[in-house]
Amino acid sequence: MTPVATPFFFYLLSAIMLIGGVLVITRKNAVHSALALIVTLLAQAAIYLMLYAPFVAGVQIILYAGGIMVLFLFVIMLVNIDRTLKERQFNSQWLVGVVAATVLGGLLIAVYTRGREMFPEHAVGVAEGDNTQRIATMLYGPYMFAFEIASLLLLVAIIGAVVMAKKRI
Amino acid sequence: MDAMLHITTTHYLVLGAMLFLLGVIGVLTRRNVVIVLMSIELILNAVNLNLVAFSRLWGGLHGQVFAIFVITDAAAEAAVGLGILIAFFRNKETVNMDEVNLLKW
Repeated sequence: MTPVATPFFFYLLSAIMLIGGVLVITRKNAVHSALALIVTLLAQAAIYLMLYAPFVAGVQIILYAGGIMVLFLFVIMLVNIDRTLKERQFNSQWLVGVVAATVLGGLLIAVYTRGREMFPEHAVGVAEGDNTQRIATMLYGPYMFAFEIASLLLLVAIIGAVVMAKKRI
Repeated sequence: MDAMLHITTTHYLVLGAMLFLLGVIGVLTRRNVVIVLMSIELILNAVNLNLVAFSRLWGGLHGQVFAIFVITDAAAEAAVGLGILIAFFRNKETVNMDEVNLLKW
């Protein structure tokens, strides 16, 4: 199926993502930041769909918007104190931040304008429909070892989180 | 005008770069630790967007598999980071980044 109105949806979703990202780093209240981040993540899931990656889009919604953000909201409620709303929100390094962002942005733009001819003109056509199956075949085939390491990493993260957050072990 | 209307891989890369920069600015300038962690999530998402865009460009699925591994890492990082935040809040009653200076010489 050929996608319809790709430029329109691309720019719409990009605008949603960037506005959400700006809101994340400027809002005073951490809960507002978290809600803006959820909007950004959902728009990004839609962009994954435009890139023919339905499985990654689903994982993005279920794991990021559904799992990680709920964790964030729980912790915000645990540590939320009204005092932080009245304090200074930005540290004294905003100049460093602006300079770093400008340099990095200039670097990335230079790389993209110079490296454009390295990319093929047209994207390779991909098979639709069996995306999930092919990802599973790769995860259990060439990426078997990395997959097992990821499970070990998650185990370590669980233990680490419990050890950190528990009052006495 | 044609460059605006014909969406190529470079468009996705530029979008990822913008998200990455927003995350970097957030990490460098915010005081609230929770929002700094959310900015790190923004950075990881920008990287994921690049991976999936290149996966679409070359027609393979390696980029998408790598994006799934990055999401796994993001989950682990969020769990451990928020655990550290809770321990920190219990000790110092604050969530401000610049008050974490016990190890400062």
